[in-house]
This record gives sequence, C-alpha cells and structure tokens, in this order.
Amino acid sequence: MDATSAEIEIEVDGRVVRAPADATVAAVLLSLGVGAFRRSVRGEARLPLCGMGTCQECRVTIDGVAHRRACLTPVRAGMRVSTDG
Amino acid sequence: MDEGRRTVMTAPVAAAPSTADACAGATPSAAGRVLRAEIAVVGAGPAGIAAASRAAEAGRDVVVLDASPRPGGQIWRHRRREELPAQARAWLERFDRSGARLIAGAQVVDAWRAAEFRLLAEVDGERLEVAADRVILATGARELFLPFPGWTLPNVFGVGGAQALVKSGASFAGKRVVVAGSGPLLLAVGATLASRGARVVVVAEQAGRGALARFGVALLGSPGRILQAARLRSQLGGARYAVGCWVTRADGDGVVREVTLTDGRRSWTEPCDVLCTGYGLVPNTELAEMLGCVVDGGRVRVDEWQRTSVAGVYCAGEPTGIAGVDAALAEGEIAGLHAAGKIVPAGDVRRLFAIRRREHRVARAMERAFAPRAELRDLPRDDTILCRCEDVTRGMVDPAWSFRQAKLYTRIGMGPCQARVCGPACEFLFGWRGQTTRAPTVPAAVGTIAGGPEDTAGVA
Repeated sequence: MDATSAEIEIEVDGRVVRAPADATVAAVLLSLGVGAFRRSVRGEARLPLCGMGTCQECRVTIDGVAHRRACLTPVRAGMRVSTDG
Repeated sequence: MDEGRRTVMTAPVAAAPSTADACAGATPSAAGRVLRAEIAVVGAGPAGIAAASRAAEAGRDVVVLDASPRPGGQIWRHRRREELPAQARAWLERFDRSGARLIAGAQVVDAWRAAEFRLLAEVDGERLEVAADRVILATGARELFLPFPGWTLPNVFGVGGAQALVKSGASFAGKRVVVAGSGPLLLAVGATLASRGARVVVVAEQAGRGALARFGVALLGSPGRILQAARLRSQLGGARYAVGCWVTRADGDGVVREVTLTDGRRSWTEPCDVLCTGYGLVPNTELAEMLGCVVDGGRVRVDEWQRTSVAGVYCAGEPTGIAGVDAALAEGEIAGLHAAGKIVPAGDVRRLFAIRRREHRVARAMERAFAPRAELRDLPRDDTILCRCEDVTRGMVDPAWSFRQAKLYTRIGMGPCQARVCGPACEFLFGWRGQTTRAPTVPAAVGTIAGGPEDTAGVA
C-alpha cells in the first residue's frame, strides 16, 4: 500500500485496519497477508487469481453478504469483511 | 480522486449495510428500476469508452455499464488518473465531457430482446434493468490460465491478474517474483512490478526463439513496438528474460515457495514469494452469445461497422479477436459512430479502418508466435486441479468425454465462474468445446434475477 491516499478504517475478521480509501477490498486483504480469502470445496486456501472479476476465487463476506468479489469491491469506511483465512 | 469530475451513478446504498438482511437485490426501490437509453454500452475499457464517447457526442443518450469501480477496463485500470498514460487520460476526459452516463460497479448478468434490448445488472447488490434501442458490447477479455501442479497455491496470480491487483492498491514490493507464461503482457507486468519495488527474478516466455523471431519480422511494420519491448526489458531490473522456458510445477507450504522451470532439456528451481502466470487472453463472448450473436472460433463475428449478426447489437474490442488497445479504440469509435446513426465523416472512416486492419494483422502474427506449446498439455498430474470452483482434478476426467459429459459426471465448469477459467484450459488440453452460457452470467442475488418490474419472461 502506498501512503499517498487518504485512509479509512474497515474491519477485517474482527480487526480494525486502516486502508487507502481508493483501494479494492482484494488489495487491502493481500496487503494484510490474509492467508485465505475463501476455502475451496475441499478446504484449500485460495487467494485471488484473475484480479478482474472472472475467476471468483476472491469471494469474501462483506457487510454480511456472502460471495462478494473482493477484487471488484472498493473499500468503504466502516465496511466489515470476513474471510475464510 | 477523479470521480468528482464525472457523473457516476450508482444504485442507492442501504444506509447501514451492516447486517445479514443487507443481502440485497430484493428492496422494492431497486426492483422497479428500468433505466432507458438509446444506446447501452457494456464495458468501460478503451472500446466501450470510445464507442460511448462518439455516440454521445453525436447527440445520443448513452448509458455505460461496467463492473469495476472506475472506468478504464483492464489496461487503463487506475486509482488516480495521474497514473495513466496521456492517451488514456485524454480518452477518459473526452468520455467525461461526452455526456454518456457511466454506471460503475454494474455487473451485467443477463441480456435479452423484448420490445427493445434489455440488460439486467447488479449494482451493489441491487437490481438494475436497462432498456435500450441498441447495444454495444465491449466486454473485453480475460486471461488464459493453463493448469500445472501447484497453480492453485496462494500467491500464484495471473499475469494480468497481478497487474490488476497492483493497480487496485496491492503491493509486491520486496517480494521475489517469477513471471511465467506467454505473450507481450509478461514483459509489461514484469516491468510494472519491478518499478514498484518487486524483485522480479525471471520472466519466462514459453514461446521459442524461432517463433519470437518470426514475430519480430511481423513487427517490422511497427518499430514503435520493438522500441517499447526493448524499453520494457531494460525496466525489468535484474530479471532474466528466459525465452523458450516454462513452469512445470509450483511448490510450497500453504503459499508458493518455489517454481520448477524447464527449457525442455534441463529443469531448475527458482525460489519465489509470488508467481504470476498467464498464457494470453480469451475474448469474453458470453453476453454476445446470450443475445444470439454468431461467435466463430471464440470471436464475435462483426462486419465492417462492428455490427454483429443480430440487428442492433454491435461488438468492439477484444471480443471480436484479441488485438490490443489501438484496435479496441478504433473499433469502439466505429461502433459508436455507426450506432449513433449519423453520417460518419469519410476521413474518420479511412483512419479508423486503417488502424483496425493494421492492428489485427500484427495481432494475428502475435497469436501465432505466442501460441502455447504442446508440452504444456502434459503438465497436469492426476491430482492437479482443473476446475478451481469445484475442485475437479485431471484424474477425475476422461479426455475422451465431451465437456458436457464431463460436467455431468464431475461438475467441472459448473461452479460460479461458469467455466471461464477451466473452459479455455480444457479446450487447450482436450479439445473440448461447446460451453454454453446461461443467465445469470455471474452469480447474482435471487432478488436481482427474480425481482423483475414488469416483464420477466426473458429472465427465466
């Protein structure tokens, strides 16, 4: 993450973190070193692959809504994200 | 921030989207929305931006739907416009001034023809239906991923994928990075990552020296590209550009730790924190197929005015054949001008047709030069996953099956990505074709699909 953007706070897996206001959820989670955005059907840890909304590997729960694509979702102040990490 | 300068419409956002009942799409306010426009453009990459700008400048009422938070598509993805090259900034500013209405964050999940064309989109979990007399599809392309042992490990990203993530705010600074696969994107992404502090150790291009030399010959007509390639190579820092080399496997303990590379004679391992891998681009033709447009060899068939086989539906950019940003812009302009129904100035026509012709000629040569080698078909082992959505492995499928049979027996390609990743991979591995597109083209809330305002007949 660079330091030139305005920052906001979001909650990731119960932890409040600061994030650049113009980043996507996927970028923020990667920067935090989240170990798994989701678990595959047989339990493997998965991170984003395509980064552009196609592969569905970056699905996380955002504000209670499951299966949101983190790579297409901009962060918003107060957003609550939960991963399978 | 650049949003202040343009009209960005988004669906109403729930005031406190903090509980599970924000599971959206079913709110009455959204369910009744039908947005009307003369021309609807799907995709706000270069082709969509050029099409929308030209059509709106000609006085048409134009709505543009794009899944990303900001316009630009993949190649012009950005957080701040200052990051972008001059050509991109100029087009985005022109788009701002054109009067076209952008709806960012709008994922189109269905398209059909009623009295006019209808596009069903989901915006922030809410349903949005667009009615338009004409549709311009500028849906871009995705990456071709080919499976090998370890490709599902965390920190294995696409090549374009890594670039998209970096442009969205991720950082690989200080990471040891291997870039491997095929195509001109490898050098571009290697240079981007190196310039942002990553330690790019090797860029491995699977195409052989002979194939690339022929590509070089094909490029003699455009020396700018050779200069660009040379510049990119000089920006790689200490990285080696290894031609005729490919990754045979990735290994790690929960994340990728090393990759095995080969040149076909000897193999070696390269320790890394991140592997970026991709084998070129695949046109996104799903919406065109849903509207009934003829798709030949994975490309939407268009005439000289970018008209598809369905009257009133145009297509521009990568879905008509991977040809890059200049072709996409020219095709977008042609489609936008023609869809606007105004007399197209002869000078414009000559210029745009010439660019399109030149770029497609170069692109065909590139496609041949960077075609994936046969050895890549032997990489998956029995326990290598082919379908990441359903965890279907190579050992679970029989190449003698059709894709349809394989779907029935194993659920391959039936997860949320709808075979967008494993479909092209299986076509390369086994020659399987004949994927079918169904609504919703990407997973959508029940309320989006079922919450139709008046006629939902076409949705089912």
